[in-house]
Amino acid sequence: MIQRSGVEVRLENLVRRYGTVTALDGLSLTIAPGELVALLGPSGCGKTTALRLLAGLEEADGGRVVVAGKDVTGLPTNRRNVGMVFQAYSLFPHMVAWENVAFGLQMRKVGTEERKKRALEALELVGLGRVANRYANQMSGGQQQRVALARALAIRPQVLLLDEPLSALDAKVRARLRDEIRRIQLEVGITTLFVTHDQEEALAIADRVGVMQLGRLEQLGPPTLVYTRPATPFVAEFVGLTNRLAGTVKGGSVEVRGVQLPLVQPDIADGPATALVRPEAVTLIGRGDAEEGPLVGTVLTVAFLGAVSRVTVDLGDTTVLAQMPTSAASQHPAGTKVRLELRSDPVLIQREEPASAAS
Amino acid sequence: MTVAGTPAVATRVGRPLLGGRRFSLDWVGVLPFFAYVGIFLLLPTAVVGIGAFFNADGSFTLDNYAHLSRSYVFKATITTTLLSLVTALGGAFFGALLAYAIVTGNPHGMLRRLVVSASGVLAQFGGVTLAFAFIASIGSAGFVYLFAQSHGFDYYAHGIWLFELSGVALVYLYFQIPLMVLVFLPALDGIKPQWREATESLGGNTWHYWRYIAGPILFPSFIGAVLLLFANSFSAYATVNALINQGSPVLSQQIAAAISSEVGAAEPGFAKAIAIEMIVIVTVVTILYTLLQRRTARWL
Repeated sequence: MIQRSGVEVRLENLVRRYGTVTALDGLSLTIAPGELVALLGPSGCGKTTALRLLAGLEEADGGRVVVAGKDVTGLPTNRRNVGMVFQAYSLFPHMVAWENVAFGLQMRKVGTEERKKRALEALELVGLGRVANRYANQMSGGQQQRVALARALAIRPQVLLLDEPLSALDAKVRARLRDEIRRIQLEVGITTLFVTHDQEEALAIADRVGVMQLGRLEQLGPPTLVYTRPATPFVAEFVGLTNRLAGTVKGGSVEVRGVQLPLVQPDIADGPATALVRPEAVTLIGRGDAEEGPLVGTVLTVAFLGAVSRVTVDLGDTTVLAQMPTSAASQHPAGTKVRLELRSDPVLIQREEPASAAS
Repeated sequence: MTVAGTPAVATRVGRPLLGGRRFSLDWVGVLPFFAYVGIFLLLPTAVVGIGAFFNADGSFTLDNYAHLSRSYVFKATITTTLLSLVTALGGAFFGALLAYAIVTGNPHGMLRRLVVSASGVLAQFGGVTLAFAFIASIGSAGFVYLFAQSHGFDYYAHGIWLFELSGVALVYLYFQIPLMVLVFLPALDGIKPQWREATESLGGNTWHYWRYIAGPILFPSFIGAVLLLFANSFSAYATVNALINQGSPVLSQQIAAAISSEVGAAEPGFAKAIAIEMIVIVTVVTILYTLLQRRTARWL
């Protein structure tokens, strides 16, 4: 049986440069034993570089990598005891599934019988005991990634590294495998770093989410906190959708279209600003046929997303996105006049020229 | 939405014929290819194969095939096979090294484009022109030899080996190495960098990577390429004939000797029998090559 093996991982002030480009600019991150941290960010933000430095696949230009209290910065990958799942195409094509899983055990000089037994156990853990004798080209993408996960876990690593393991899969398989990875990670209790550019994936799977930009951590925290209390405008805009509405900061709150909203950071100086308001903080409270005002507008489109729908409302000088249950949205078809209400959640503001479009 | 029993998209796979059976015309597209193969490959082979059953006077005989057991034909078969094997292995080894050097560089770089283009040209370079190039450069009156000799290095001190089989092998390498680069490069390109990184993360080192991963994956391609180089060398004629014109040590020269005898002893039927022997050997090699390529195609 796979053993529980949680250790603390510390990335201390990591720096990595490629020529004149700084991919990691003093990244520091501590992952608690058994915790799953997801690094989230756009392409080129440094998240994969951080993972590769932890794996030992690249050398840092500065800083330290500490695993279980031991400085492993100078150790080559094959002596770090990390399990890694790549984006795709990492299974050895000339080996069947169980041979792939057993390869790491072979490198550790585990006997033939024992390594086959442990490989089959690992395949059972990911629910693929029945495909043990199949080659990679005889398996679906989702099955291949689960075998890759079994292979990474079979060596009983101290740390599990997942480098966008779901990005090559279709949406349905991706969601299912995401949940399965989380189940296995909790079952095994292994410290895990998960790298992704998919915010939904990161928010759904992680104990804590680290949002990165330009080689730095913008915010690190539980998914709900990152979503509801974004630390920076970048986080607010990258994680989830955001309406950018012109307003005026005064006395620790911001007035947006006649509505006073509290601020995430109340110590901001008075003056004009852009408030970042989540679509789910916007509600349509009724038909506004007979009304006028800054929050009365016309429904432009209704995007059906399943249980929820996203409604775009034209307020004349700007457009606003509102997200609500589909049953509520269906009462406001395109062309109808509506009045908006802004929930008084704390909002972030940006000191720049007010923009009109939702991002 | 699709109504039950009604296909969502109508597909046309061919014209319905009697009894509702459909007649596909897809095969029409490959007719020119089969016509080409028939006219330029199978028909000449059949003409040669059947012609070997007849004497010069037109009478039926099995002697031409029986004469393949003559000692000098047997010796030429061995010599040709050895020459082909040595140049195939040498070409494969050095060609694979060169190809590996290329794939480790920039995939869109100038060096790669230059080497691939040059290989495409040099792999076709052969015959009298190539032989002359070697004679003019490293031959006993060539500028390379004269330069080396003037500096105290006489590589012909024990005989002018350029006009022996070892010299022929060296000249063959000139087109075998570029051919290997062209044939082996796609296989090397198919190696995924993730395989090396996965090996390392699983505790393996460079030796383990080549021993257990890259080596076994590339091996069928490598052997397939060796077979292709073997066939390429096996059928060469003009190059060896330009360098060695006495004794006809290889099979292609034996065919020439049997066709055109200076003393009126031409045996065209026998020449055809030798040609069939060569075709059989090359066919076997080609089939093996195809089987190996099919195996590799699943992996790379």
